[in-house]
Amino acid sequence: MFLINYQLLKRSEAMNIYKIIDEIGKTDPEVNERLSRRDMFKNASSFGKKVAIAALPFAFGGTLKKAYGGSKGTQETIVEVLNYALTLEYLENEFYQKGIAAAGLIPSDRTVIFTQIGKHEAAHVAFLKTTITALSGTPVAKPTFDFTAKGTFPDVFTNYQTFLTLSQAFEDTGVRAYKGRAAELMSNDAVLTAALQIHSVEARHASMIRRLRGEKGWITGKTGTPAATYAGEDNVTQGGANVTTLGYSADIATQAFDEPLTKDATLAIAGQFIM
Amino acid sequence: MKRTLLAPVSRGTFLKYSGATIVVAGLTMAGCKSNDTVNPVTVDLGTGDTGILNYAFLLEQLEAAFYVKVMTSPYSGMSAAETTILSEIRDHELLHRDFFKAAITSGAITSSLTFNFSSINFSDRTSVLTAAKTFEDLGVSAYNGAGKLISNPDYLLLAGKIVSVEARHASAIRDLLSPFSASFSGDDVVTADQGLDGAKTPTEVLTAAGVYVQAKVVFDKLPTT
Repeated sequence: MFLINYQLLKRSEAMNIYKIIDEIGKTDPEVNERLSRRDMFKNASSFGKKVAIAALPFAFGGTLKKAYGGSKGTQETIVEVLNYALTLEYLENEFYQKGIAAAGLIPSDRTVIFTQIGKHEAAHVAFLKTTITALSGTPVAKPTFDFTAKGTFPDVFTNYQTFLTLSQAFEDTGVRAYKGRAAELMSNDAVLTAALQIHSVEARHASMIRRLRGEKGWITGKTGTPAATYAGEDNVTQGGANVTTLGYSADIATQAFDEPLTKDATLAIAGQFIM
Repeated sequence: MKRTLLAPVSRGTFLKYSGATIVVAGLTMAGCKSNDTVNPVTVDLGTGDTGILNYAFLLEQLEAAFYVKVMTSPYSGMSAAETTILSEIRDHELLHRDFFKAAITSGAITSSLTFNFSSINFSDRTSVLTAAKTFEDLGVSAYNGAGKLISNPDYLLLAGKIVSVEARHASAIRDLLSPFSASFSGDDVVTADQGLDGAKTPTEVLTAAGVYVQAKVVFDKLPTT
């Protein structure tokens, strides 16, 4: 469902995908055999033409991971990751702008918190656009958002608790999303560092929002709403070992390590809020 | 930040631990002249990814030791909520420490580093939480700055899994100090114009942390890119 919502974004990405294939093909002729265009379209074709365009990058993403083990990315990959991040920052930025503008939503003694968060999200949007342009990429256009998620959260801008619920979900998703793709930025030290610097700011935000809701600043198990945002957060295996065997409860073990989200899982979450 | 981290260790305290005759607080790890009769422990972080893991291991030992001390002698007036928060943070840091101890199978630094927290008044809430804020912010900036020094993407992911938890701690501690203000991600730690958290080099971090570490830390072979 979200694939169709992402059509605009994906169309521009699809352009990049061909560039990436060309680039990889120059240095590794075998890749053209492994990733023949016919194979790539074979799976997508059953979804219909429009969806095929939308779905292609996901299919390719999986293939690329297999072919290259998710190793250091090309400049095109870096731009694609930054555009992915930009989409999430667009979402957060507009969400807080609307929340702050909604009369009577945020208690007056909490406004300073959301103003600070909103300031950062706006700065992240501007920073990512500038960085993408500097890398000779094109920033994706801002999608049209539906923060009710087609009516699932109808009172998002009239009920402070609903607003907080989604604030937390967006911040925790942001933390997981940046984490999940950091490795693809390893070929560019400056971009990787900046992404990490944004990543920890999202975690600061998440901790504060959680505490406003009476929750802990950290994630215990996979508890949270919407559930998809927290899937996999209950992992206790780090570096190949179950860290509870070091003498810690599962609660502490899951709190002490935040887990990444894949691109697909992130886009499935964000896609619910995109028209 | 520098207020606390670079606060000179009192000569008396330092002498008690090391028997040194000269104190150079802050910049040098040891602060001892070569003619000292008692040399401090030397800890060489080593090279490559192992060096970066050792660097993280050292910082987690520092944080764990700090919070163990905080909860061993809680400051007067520690609320139930604060007790829960600080106990859980202690356990997270202990697990981080023990994880690195288990994970660095070759070339690991000692797991028995000792620390000098004499500049912190553990009976005073503000002193403890201010130190906690300093350690958490420093940890965040250390991991953020070390990301680019890591070669193995699995290690980068692990660092990412830990750094966001440190940032959650930093935010919560800051909120305990300045409740319901912008401090949790204040302009003093997140740039107002670009919204970027700190990123420090190992030299910057170890210079700041050095005053607490009871060892001569050798880190000149760490990767620089």
